[in-house]
Amino acid sequence: MSDHSTSVFAQIARASEDPILGVTVAYNKDSDPSKLNLGVGAYRTEEGKPLVLNVVRQAEQKLVNDPARVKEYLPIVGLADFNKCSAKLIFGADSPAIQENRVATVQCLSGTGSLRVGGEFLAKHYYEKTVYIPSPTWGNHPKIFTLAGLSVKTYRYYDPATRGLDFQGLLEDLGNAPMGAIVLLHACAHNPTGVDPTLDQWDQIRKLMRSKGLLPFFDSAYQGFASGSLDADAQSVRMFVADGGECFAAQSYAKNMGLYAERVGALSIVCKTADVASRVESQLKLVIRPMYSNPPLHGASIVATILKDSNLYNEWTVELKAMADRIISMRKQLLEALQARGTPGDWTHIIKQIGMFTFTGLNAEQVAFMRREYHIYMTSDGRISMAGLSSKTVSHLADAMHAAVTGVA
Amino acid sequence: MAIRTAITRRITSSSSGSILFNSRSMSSWWGNVQPAPKDPILGVTEAFLADPSPDKVNVGVGAYRDDNGKPVVLDCVREAERRIAGNLNMEYLPMGGSNKMVEETLKLAYGENSDLIKDKRIAAIQALSGTGACRIFADFQKRFSPVSQIYIPVPTWSNHHNIWRDANVPQRTFHYYHPESKGLDFALLMDDVKNAPNGSFFLLHACAHNPTGVDPTVEQWKEISYQFKVKGHFAFFDMAYQGFASGDPERDAKSIRIFLEDGHLIGCSQSYAKNMGLYGQRVGCLSLVCEDEKQAVAVKSQLQQLARPMYSNPPVHGALIVSTILSDPDLKQLWLKEVKGMADRIIGMRTSLRENIEKLGSPLSWEHITNQIGMFCYSGMTPEQVDRLTKEFHIYMTRNGRISMAGVTSGNVEYLAKAIHEVTKAA
Repeated sequence: MSDHSTSVFAQIARASEDPILGVTVAYNKDSDPSKLNLGVGAYRTEEGKPLVLNVVRQAEQKLVNDPARVKEYLPIVGLADFNKCSAKLIFGADSPAIQENRVATVQCLSGTGSLRVGGEFLAKHYYEKTVYIPSPTWGNHPKIFTLAGLSVKTYRYYDPATRGLDFQGLLEDLGNAPMGAIVLLHACAHNPTGVDPTLDQWDQIRKLMRSKGLLPFFDSAYQGFASGSLDADAQSVRMFVADGGECFAAQSYAKNMGLYAERVGALSIVCKTADVASRVESQLKLVIRPMYSNPPLHGASIVATILKDSNLYNEWTVELKAMADRIISMRKQLLEALQARGTPGDWTHIIKQIGMFTFTGLNAEQVAFMRREYHIYMTSDGRISMAGLSSKTVSHLADAMHAAVTGVA
Repeated sequence: MAIRTAITRRITSSSSGSILFNSRSMSSWWGNVQPAPKDPILGVTEAFLADPSPDKVNVGVGAYRDDNGKPVVLDCVREAERRIAGNLNMEYLPMGGSNKMVEETLKLAYGENSDLIKDKRIAAIQALSGTGACRIFADFQKRFSPVSQIYIPVPTWSNHHNIWRDANVPQRTFHYYHPESKGLDFALLMDDVKNAPNGSFFLLHACAHNPTGVDPTVEQWKEISYQFKVKGHFAFFDMAYQGFASGDPERDAKSIRIFLEDGHLIGCSQSYAKNMGLYGQRVGCLSLVCEDEKQAVAVKSQLQQLARPMYSNPPVHGALIVSTILSDPDLKQLWLKEVKGMADRIIGMRTSLRENIEKLGSPLSWEHITNQIGMFCYSGMTPEQVDRLTKEFHIYMTRNGRISMAGVTSGNVEYLAKAIHEVTKAA
């Protein structure tokens, strides 16, 4: 008789904390009143509070007060209105790809879910199983693609010397990639560095990629959040669609609509023809069904309500710009504070980088020092979430950085 | 192969041309993608919606309908939503989801006063309804028991096969449904349990088996549990209908409680899609019973490692509804009443459908309609008979003859009975 009381999983070791989400766990355990969470990229107001957008509240009220609303399963591909509006948002309402019905769009669980579904589709249907991701990139990217069944390689991206783009390295590495390889591109506001190519550099990247048949897979997690303009932040993606070629785009509404926990996003695959797009959509369903059957209803309903109503949409663009502007202002304030302290080094990258994060250039020891001595929480790669800063807390951070830079190697 | 040739051609033509590559001359990367077959279950509703006939009846997908054939949002859910709206922020849940919701959910499956809960021996995460819970488990099984297979009953919910396939876990089947009696093939089921190698992984439906509605009796569950002990098998329960089967959640969890009493370290998938009507919210829970708290912590951390690269953290809205309802005694009472109401209506429809068919003088036995339990009735009709129902009578169901009793109403039960009699009377 077998001993049924021994677990089949007895040998399992405890997994280490997620490097990003683990920062918040540690922050929550800290009781020091001056503690500052610059870890996970979630927007905070000047008062350090999470923000639910007014348009979201209005949309929620509309939904809750509508007695005709039901909670039935969405189709596997998600809410149709949401999908249409999402495609228009990223590709532009007048995009020929949309008008020609060449875009297959499926609602997914925020950016993560969109990347995972796209990755699994590629692993099943694409002949090239390697995806090139920039170095560095969001910590979850390699795991997503690996579990999707792809193998992951990197291409040079960030230049620590300039704290900017290693453009030559990028071109070389993509130039050496095998024909047809998948290339992950951050549409704007690169995470974690905040370093984006210029439009001219994007065009060069595009030409190189098209000449080698490299497949673009855009991760768009910050549209509107980076510059404050939804259209400006989508330029890179639209450039690739305009040349008539194919591409993938993963969209997230976590940050730009503040819908983090509702897990709202979309995966769009721009195809050559409408017929191909229709077949692709049917195959996407086969990826989604065994993963979670169909996507969650609530967040997508909120987004669709806002995007379909021109008043709510306009209000949203105003709120979005305000968030982006506050972050840009924090960048300026942090730079000024460091300059005022005479902190050694060139810190102008703080205002050159864009989006929610600044790649400070601090090393792991300095980061640990700042956590210990100043109760400042960030990821060990030196990435800080500007959204977690306020005018009141900038000086605390500047003090900490100054101490770290002058005192810790 | 064809794709590589095409690419070579493209390379040649572009290298002889300018650097500015004209993508318009390329053909699609996805030209060879085949159109996927429609999902056998969800495709039924699509076809139903497209049908213009005023007589059409949808007894396909398992979503509850009231006696007017309308979807229902429970009162307890509406109230919970009113309380939630406008109050809370939308910050990311932890990877493992809402702790409060998970706690309440474990009580339902394991019992209010479960020692396993008190001793913190259960590793549990919020999951994307039942599908998501099964998928994370399948991925976990693949990662930590890489040589194991999964034994799946015949028949089962079709998506079970997709889930374990996409997790790359090899599948085997075990006997379950007995077509002749339209009941349980208990003898062959036990043979399969005994003949499987020691320590095999089995998928069991805790109650209201989908698609057959055929459940083991309490005595049979006890025998199955005993044999599982002898063989050291792992039991994974998919419980998608707790409360929905008999109307009493405690009673519907009996199979699980029997296994727990016998000391099995089970796994369990729970869904609130049907019993709280939260279908589109995708709320569920995956739990694994461990030897001790330390192991539970380790296992939970590993479950989170599988969730992170799939969706990072689960959606909050449905979880908030669940925890709001279950942690408020009045709302919980209301929920229990509403669940019983749904179960009772279905039980009533079973009786009505059977009586109506028998009244028409059918030569066949239809007692299985009332013997079976839960949302579905495995009618015993053939795919050809089902096709006739659809073509001639605009009645939509899956081709395995599964009728979703939730779609039956006092308004359509006679029509449905007549149609079923028509296509089966010559059988």
